[in-house]
Amino acid sequence: MKNYDLVIVGGGPAGLAAAVSARDAGIESILIIERDKELGGILNQCIHNGFGLHTFQEELTGPEYASRFIAQVAERGIAYKLNTMVMDISSDKRVTAMNREDGMFEIQAKAVILAMGCRERSRGALNIPGFRPAGIFSAGTAQRLVNMEGYMPGREVVILGSGDIGLIMARRMTLEGAKVKVVAELMPYSGGLKRNIVQCLDDFGIPLKLSHTVVDIEGKKRVEAVTIAEVGPDRKPIPGTEERYTCDTLLLSCGLIPENELSKSAGVTLNPVTSGPVVGDNLETNVEGIFACGNVLHVHDLVDYVSQEAAAAGRNAAQYIKNGAKTDARTVEILPVDGVRYTVPKFIRPQEMDDKLTVRFRVGGVYRNCSIATYFDDELIARRKRPVMAPGEMEQVVLDKKKLGDYPNLNKITIRIEEA
Amino acid sequence: MYDVAIIGAGVVGSAIARELSKYQASICVIEREEDVCSGTSKANSAIIHAGFDAACGSLKARLNVRGNAMMDQLAKDLDIPFQRNGSLVVCTKEQDPAGLETLLEKGKKNGVPDLRIIERGELLSMEPNISDDAVCALYAPTGGIVCPFHMTMAFAENAYTNGVSFFLNTCVESIAKTADGYALRTVHTDTKEAETFEAKIVVNAAGVYADTFNNMVSSHKLHITARKGEYCLLDKDAGTHVSHTIFQLPSKMGKGVLVTPTVHGNLLVGPTAVDVEDKESLNTTQDGLDSLTATASRSVKNVPMRQVITSFAGLRAHEDSDDFVIGEAADARGFINAAGIESPGLSSAPAIGEMVAEIVTQLLPLTEKSDFVSTRKGILRPETLSMEERNRLIREQPAYGNIICRCEMITEGEIIDAIRRPLGARSLDGVKRRTRAGMGRCQAGFCSPRTMEILEREASMSIYDITKNGVGGAIVIGTNKEI
Amino acid sequence: MSTRELTCIGCPLGCPITVTMEGKEVTNVTGNTCPKGDAYARKEVTNPTRIVTSTVRVEGGVCPMVNVKTASDIPKDQIFACVEALKGLVAKAPIAIGDVLLSNVAGTGVDIVAARNIPAK
Repeated sequence: MKNYDLVIVGGGPAGLAAAVSARDAGIESILIIERDKELGGILNQCIHNGFGLHTFQEELTGPEYASRFIAQVAERGIAYKLNTMVMDISSDKRVTAMNREDGMFEIQAKAVILAMGCRERSRGALNIPGFRPAGIFSAGTAQRLVNMEGYMPGREVVILGSGDIGLIMARRMTLEGAKVKVVAELMPYSGGLKRNIVQCLDDFGIPLKLSHTVVDIEGKKRVEAVTIAEVGPDRKPIPGTEERYTCDTLLLSCGLIPENELSKSAGVTLNPVTSGPVVGDNLETNVEGIFACGNVLHVHDLVDYVSQEAAAAGRNAAQYIKNGAKTDARTVEILPVDGVRYTVPKFIRPQEMDDKLTVRFRVGGVYRNCSIATYFDDELIARRKRPVMAPGEMEQVVLDKKKLGDYPNLNKITIRIEEA
Repeated sequence: MYDVAIIGAGVVGSAIARELSKYQASICVIEREEDVCSGTSKANSAIIHAGFDAACGSLKARLNVRGNAMMDQLAKDLDIPFQRNGSLVVCTKEQDPAGLETLLEKGKKNGVPDLRIIERGELLSMEPNISDDAVCALYAPTGGIVCPFHMTMAFAENAYTNGVSFFLNTCVESIAKTADGYALRTVHTDTKEAETFEAKIVVNAAGVYADTFNNMVSSHKLHITARKGEYCLLDKDAGTHVSHTIFQLPSKMGKGVLVTPTVHGNLLVGPTAVDVEDKESLNTTQDGLDSLTATASRSVKNVPMRQVITSFAGLRAHEDSDDFVIGEAADARGFINAAGIESPGLSSAPAIGEMVAEIVTQLLPLTEKSDFVSTRKGILRPETLSMEERNRLIREQPAYGNIICRCEMITEGEIIDAIRRPLGARSLDGVKRRTRAGMGRCQAGFCSPRTMEILEREASMSIYDITKNGVGGAIVIGTNKEI
Repeated sequence: MSTRELTCIGCPLGCPITVTMEGKEVTNVTGNTCPKGDAYARKEVTNPTRIVTSTVRVEGGVCPMVNVKTASDIPKDQIFACVEALKGLVAKAPIAIGDVLLSNVAGTGVDIVAARNIPAK
């Protein structure tokens, strides 16, 4: 069995940033394990621009953004294994992995960072009725086929779900010669970024139908038509509102789910709202020495935030490797209420946390001219007005360690959405 | 001129082919779809019934009980995933428990072993998630679960190994009587080329279309109704919600639905039962899927329907006589029906194979082979090996070290095996049914581009000829900017 | 006087912007949170532009496709002409980020550059 101080599962944006920061924090023995044939993760197929405004103050494509972190990993000589699948992680941080060259092997790590990313919700999970022909793709699968392999999955396209990948693929398919007929969205608001609706749909005259869903898929071998219908407030189709679109392709962009199989096998407790691990301020899970960051922790809107979060996970894992756990630290829970769906982290340790701690979350609906309010117990601490908040975009609150020091008997922190 | 031509490579046609391949005879199987196991055999409850349900004295009763008894040996010989998990017919408090007594008596008469009625206490200890309304149940320990794909493929591959010819993508258009048998005019579904097969004996195992073929040669008309059954398949996380196959005691509300673990560790809920006009209507419906959720809760509580990973529909071939129709058509010598094979067809298939082989050998004296290969190895599952064995395998064949399907942890080695073996996979569904690659919770989102690459290489296929499930079902249709 | 409602695409904030115009003259911009929004709004109502990203086939590389982008934004109405100009274009590996694969695409004066490193096979 091999030994490493730190094993990072996943060589996408989260894993790369975590590795770089852990090395910069003094950890020499690091191994990144990546299942694909190259580092970079899903960024390699995200060829649109708009990545890195926060991190590099310029707009990069996904592969360009990835290449900067890959270069940082290379400069530091951090070890990685490609084409290698992690099969299991035990709660005592034994990592079982497999590839062609080494076969199946075990690594004992002092700390593990989970950075496996997320996957797309499938047609089956959505339980859309109809036939099961070829031509139904998750938007990400279509994105890989078009952008990495140069193959077109279809000519006439209907898209269900207005998540960012769906919006981006509407434009990609259009530019590469396909006709995107409509984007249907179950919710009364889009799940994607506003800028993507402008640049990916409005620019090309592609209609977005909110409060609509797919009620039938026709075609025995290949998709021949898709029927969408309006849904009521209960999100059930309203009879008589059906519209049939002939098409050969249905793309699904209906949400992302953290890739949580390995988290589960390690005994990590998951948050049912995010489907990712429950973590504290240092991004450590309930299993000592196992940390999580990026989309496996909670699905992010911007890769810049993934990089920031992952860098923190790398630093914290380094801290743990060098100094061990502080198991006796006092914890304070963060309660998400009134429109705040969850928070990452779920709790903080006021004495141990960073001086400034970013708490990220998403809201459960569209809020106009509302405020994000932070309470220490019942006392209002901060209130920030936001013109628009929507579930497609992450929000944040920054907690100040010094300020928390003034509340030694604090029981809970509450974050809520309030009328402005 | 073939001795025997079998129409249909479902579980029935394949079981018959395997039985007949024990004899020195030239045999062909003609299948319209691109793969074996592409009709009713691929979309059903995946159950080996105990045999208490069918009417006493019916073919269904006799062949089910016989088929069930044959499964242990067959599973061993042909490497079929099969497990006797036992079945329960649950009676709830608003139902008359006398219904269970009737089933018990029928089962005893049919020859089902070890049947007994259990009370709530025992039921609850066997199935903690049983409905709060369940008062008692009929317990059949011989009930089992099977992989219907592997069962069909095992029969077909073994028949192939023993010399049976399979013609896939070949659709029988018409059947004409000839001097010494029948001429089957076929069309290739892809090339549209016509070909005529001559055979002394024809076996009609054409599922929902068996009436069409019978009616081409016999004046004793059959009439088969396609009875649609919709199912939901749940994530492996839900696979232990029940451990037995849970049936519901039929009531005025209908036959109910079953909730069962599958041999692969998923949970299966279904089927609905709706007669449909179109024998190709394998679509699921909103009403059907909704009704499953409601009906399942009658026998099992808290079925985690949020963990559905896919839904599907299958068509049962219901003949008007309400029993299997097996035997030579009275006015068409040498034309043997295996028609109306609805539930318990999968359970009965091994016995149907025996029965039809016996009828054939009575009509056509055949000599048994001395070199019949009675066993077949399934696709090697590396997960069943120790780490040492697995590493030895990877050193010899590195493809076994390369995971392609991350949900089911299926390796490239298994996919290559599925493609290269007899009657190997040529489509994504073919790979999926043989290896489970793409059958997990992401439903092929991750592995399909990778599987396509392997198919392209191993089967020397053009990327544009790689389909989900045969002719007309291409995955990609052109290159960027060129469609 | 006329007004146009826009969503800024300068960054993911997506500010809702109102542009007031007197004929072809922009007289007022509101709703933006940064100077970039103001610049975007003024340009969007007079001469809208976009960065275009696409793919080009690769010869002799470890990947079959390289993703590319316009080195700067091009007029919005030239998007399709730009993509059309990439049809049939083949890039020889090795390719480095920033390599010009096509200059002055569709007469826009803007080059198409590689946005990914592709080593030779």
